[in-house]
Amino acid sequence: METIILTLILFTPLAGALVIVSLPGGLVRAVKLVGLVASVITFALTVWLFLAFDGRNGEMQFVEKISWIPSLHVSYHLGVDGISLLLVVLTGFLTPIALLSSWDSIAVRVKGFVALMLLLEVGTLGVFMALDLFLFYVFWEFMLIPMYFIIGIWGGQERIYAAVKFFLFTMAGSLLMLVAIIWLGVYASTLQGGTFTTDLMELSRIAPGIPFGIQTWIFLAFTLSFAIKVPLFPLHTWLPDAHVQAPTAGSVILAGVLLKMGTYGLLRFSIPLFPAATFAFLPFIATLAVIGILYGALVAMVQPDLKKLVAYSSVSHLGFVVLGIFALTDEGIQGAIIQMVNHGLSTGALFLLVGMLYDRRHTRLLKDYGGLAKPMPVYATIFMIIMFSSAGLPGLNGFVGEFLILLGSFRSPFLGTPWFAIVAASGVVLAAVYLLRSYQRVFFGKNENPANQSLKDINLREWVVLVPILIFVVWIGVFPQTFMAKTEATTRHLVRQMEDARRGVPRAPSGMPNGMVPTRQSR
Amino acid sequence: MIMTPQDYIAALPLGIVAVTAFLVLLIEAFRDGSVRVTSWLTALGLAAAFFVAMTRVFGAAPGTAFFGMYATGAFPDLMTAVFCVSGILTVLLSSAYLGKEHLVQGEYYAVLLSAVAGMIMMAAAADLVFFFLGLELMSIAFYILAGFARGRLMSNEAGLKYFLLGAFSTGFLLYGIALVYGATGRTAISAIPSHSLALAHSPVFVVGLALVLVGLLFKVAAFPFHMWAPDVYEGAPTTVSGFMATGGKAAAFSGFLLIFSPLALNALPTLSDVISLIAAASMILGNIVAVSQTSIKRMLAYSSIAHAGYILAGVVAGNRMGAEGVIFYLAAYTLMNIGAFGVVSILESGDGTGVTYDECAGLSRRAPVLSGLMAVFMFSLTGIPPFAGFFGKYYVFAGAIGGGYTWLAIIGVLMSVVSASYYLRLVVLMYFKEGTERNSSVSVPAASLAALVIAAIGLLGLGLFPSLLLQLTAWCF
Repeated sequence: METIILTLILFTPLAGALVIVSLPGGLVRAVKLVGLVASVITFALTVWLFLAFDGRNGEMQFVEKISWIPSLHVSYHLGVDGISLLLVVLTGFLTPIALLSSWDSIAVRVKGFVALMLLLEVGTLGVFMALDLFLFYVFWEFMLIPMYFIIGIWGGQERIYAAVKFFLFTMAGSLLMLVAIIWLGVYASTLQGGTFTTDLMELSRIAPGIPFGIQTWIFLAFTLSFAIKVPLFPLHTWLPDAHVQAPTAGSVILAGVLLKMGTYGLLRFSIPLFPAATFAFLPFIATLAVIGILYGALVAMVQPDLKKLVAYSSVSHLGFVVLGIFALTDEGIQGAIIQMVNHGLSTGALFLLVGMLYDRRHTRLLKDYGGLAKPMPVYATIFMIIMFSSAGLPGLNGFVGEFLILLGSFRSPFLGTPWFAIVAASGVVLAAVYLLRSYQRVFFGKNENPANQSLKDINLREWVVLVPILIFVVWIGVFPQTFMAKTEATTRHLVRQMEDARRGVPRAPSGMPNGMVPTRQSR
Repeated sequence: MIMTPQDYIAALPLGIVAVTAFLVLLIEAFRDGSVRVTSWLTALGLAAAFFVAMTRVFGAAPGTAFFGMYATGAFPDLMTAVFCVSGILTVLLSSAYLGKEHLVQGEYYAVLLSAVAGMIMMAAAADLVFFFLGLELMSIAFYILAGFARGRLMSNEAGLKYFLLGAFSTGFLLYGIALVYGATGRTAISAIPSHSLALAHSPVFVVGLALVLVGLLFKVAAFPFHMWAPDVYEGAPTTVSGFMATGGKAAAFSGFLLIFSPLALNALPTLSDVISLIAAASMILGNIVAVSQTSIKRMLAYSSIAHAGYILAGVVAGNRMGAEGVIFYLAAYTLMNIGAFGVVSILESGDGTGVTYDECAGLSRRAPVLSGLMAVFMFSLTGIPPFAGFFGKYYVFAGAIGGGYTWLAIIGVLMSVVSASYYLRLVVLMYFKEGTERNSSVSVPAASLAALVIAAIGLLGLGLFPSLLLQLTAWCF
C-alpha cells in the first residue's frame, strides 16, 4: 500500500464519479450515497497517509513515478511532503462534509452535482500531489471545469456572471504560467546535456541558476497565477462573486481547498524555484498581503450580506498566510501551513453555518435576523466557537496560525522590518470587530420578525457535518503539535535552502541573460 | 520509365480512396436509391485506407515512388490517416444531415472521396507539381461541396465565393512554383532547404516561395487571406464546413510542413518572421471577431482562423517539436472541430438557417448527451486539459518557445483566454440557462451520434495518453 497510496487517494473519487455517471439519474439516494462513500474512503486513505508520514523527513515521501509522455520526459510523478500532506488531508476531510451538507439543499440534477464534486476533489488532490509541472498544470486547469459547472448550475442569482468571471480570471493567470512552464522545459533542454523536462526535482536543481533578469519574468508568471487564486489584493475581485454565488458545498470547497492551491503554489514553486526573484519581490508581495489583510477586514465590516462578509474575511485571512510564507522563517511558514488548514476549517464551517441559515430563511441579509440565540441555542453556540476560531481566540486553532505568522514575520531577516507584522496585527483586531458585530446582530437583540422565532435548531445531519470540524478546531488549538510535527522538517529544509540562496545570492551579470535564452535550434 | 509494383504499394491508401470514389460514382449512376450503399461503401473505403496507412507509420523510412513524385514514409501515411478520420466522421454525420436538408445525395460521396484523394496527394507530394495537382483535386471537390445545397442562395454564394477566390489563390501558388522552378531549375520539394540556403538573397526564389506561401495561407484561412472563410463555412452545408475546416486545413498544413520545413525556415529568417506575424494576426483577429458572433457556425469559422494561427506557431517554430506539434494539433483539431460542426448539423432545423447561440439555451435539458459532447468539444477547443486540444496547444507553443518565439506563445495563450469567452458562452447557454422550447426534444441519428462519440473518446484518449500519437509523429521527421 505504501507505494501506491497516492494513486489510490487520487483515483478513489474518480472511480466514485464514474460509478455515479453510470447510475440512472432517478436513483437520487444511491447517487448521494455512492458519492459520500467514495469521499469517506478517500478521507480514510488520507488519514492513513497522515499516520504513515514520517515528520522527521523533509524530503518527498510516497513518491510514485511512471513515465507518461516519454518524448517530453513528462512522468506521472506524485509525492507528498510536509507542505502538501496537511492540504491533502484537508481536501479529503472537507469533501465528504461538503457533500453531506448539500444532502437536502441540492435538489436538481443531483447526479451531476455529486459527480462534479468528486471530480473537483480529484483535481485538487492532484494539484497537491503532482511533482511534475505538466501534470500539476493539467490538474490545475482541469479543476476549473467542475467548479465552473458547480457555480453555474447550482449557484445563486448572479451565478452565470460569477462562474464566467471565475473561469476567465483563473485561466488568464494560469495560461501565463503555462508559457513559463514550457520556457523552463526549453531552458532545461538548452543546458549542457539537458533534455526538455518539466520534472520538479530536475527543475529545482536548474531553475535557481536562471539569470536574474529572466528569472524575474518566470517568477512573475507563476506568482501572478497563484496570486489570482489566493487571491492577493488587488486580484481578489472574482472571489466575492464566486463565493457568494456558489452553492454552500461549492463555497466550502472553494474557500476551504481551492484558495490553498494558490498559497501552496507559492510555497512549492515560486519561492524554491526562483529564490533571487523571490528576494527582489518579497517586500512588494508582503505589502500587498498586509493591504489585503486590512482591506478584506474593512470591507467585511460593512457587508450587509452574511455570506459576503465571510467571503471578504477570506481575503483578509489569506493575506496572513501569504505574509507568513514570505517571511521565510520557520515560524512564518509553519504558521502559514497551519493557517491554511485553519482557514479551511473555520471558513468552511462559517459557509456551512450560513448555508444552514439560508436553507431555513432564504435570506442572508444581516438586517433580516436578530435574536436567533433564543430559538436556536445550539446553532448559536457552534457559530460562536467557529467565530472565535476565525477571530484567533487563544485555545482555538486560529490563534496558533496567526500567532506563528506574526511571530515569524516580526523577526524575519528577509522582511527586514517588524512593521509588516505590526500592521498585520491590527487585522486580528479588525477581524474580532466584524465577527463580533455581525454575531451580535444575528443572535442577540430583539427578535422582531416572526419568521425568526420559529426557526428550528440544527438537526442530526447538521450535527454530523459540524462536529468533526469542531473537533479539529479545538484539537489544533490545544495540541497543534500533532500536525506541526509533520510539517517541521520540510519547513526547515525550505528555510535553510532560502537562507543559503540569500548568502550566495546568485545574481548574474547584466549582460548575460541574452546568451542563456533558448535560441532557435533545428534538430 | 516503367512503374513497378512497389510504386503502387506505396500509393495504396490513395489507390483505395480513388477506386472507392469510382465505385461510388458507378453505383450511383446505375442504381436508384443507392444512398445507403454508397455512404457505407465510402466509410468502408476510407476505413480501409486508414488502416493501411496506420500499419505503415511505425518505423517507416522516408523514400519516394513514381520517379520522385510521390513521397513515402511515416509523414504522408500519418496525414492520410488524419484525412481519412476527417472523411469517415463527415460521412457518418452526412447521411442524416443531407436527408434532413433534402439535398440530393447523388455525387456527394464521390466528390468527398475525391477531396480526400487530393489531400493524400498533397501530403504525399515529393514534387511541387504533384502537390499542385493534389491541391487542385481537393479544391475543386470543395467548390462543388460548398455549393452542394443548390436550392439555397447562401450555399450558392459560398460555392461561388470559394471558387473565385480559390482560383485566384491557386494562381498565386502556381506562379510561385513557376518562379521557384525558374530560380532553381527543379521542382523537387526535397531540394528547397538547400536552395533556401544558397538562394536566400535571390529575389526570384524568395518571391516564388512567398507566392507559394500566399496560396497556402489562403487554404488554411490565415490572416489576411481569411475573408472567404466565414461566408463559405456559414453558407456551405454544415457537414461540408466541418470537413473543409479540418481535412482541408490539415492538407494545407501538411504542405506547410513539406515546403516550409524547419530546415528551409531556418535558412530564411525573414520569411519565418513574416509567418510569425501572420500567425499572431490570425490568432488576434479570429478570436476577437468570434466573440461577437451570434451564429455558431460563423463563430466556428472565425475560431478556425484563430486555430490556423496557433498551428502556424508550430510551423514557424522551425524545429522538430513544433512540426510534431502541428501534426498532433491537426489530429486533435479534426476531432473537436468536426464534432462541433456535427452537433450544429444535428441541431439545425432543416431550412439551412444555421443555429444561433440563443437556440442552444437550456439544451442540456432537451438533449443531455448531445450537450455533454458539445461541452467536451468546446473545452477541448478552448484548450482545457484533459482533452487533446490542450496538449496540441502545449506542443505547438513549446515548439514556438524553443524556436525563440516566446512572444508568439504569449499572444497565443492570451488569445486562448479570449476564446474561452465565446466557447464557454455556449456551455453557459446549454447548462446554466433555461430554454424556451421546453418540450421539443432533439432526435440524434445513430450514425451521427457514433461519429460524435468517436470524436469525444478520441479527444479524451489523446489528451490523457498523448504518447499514442506522439510515438507515430516521432517517425515523421
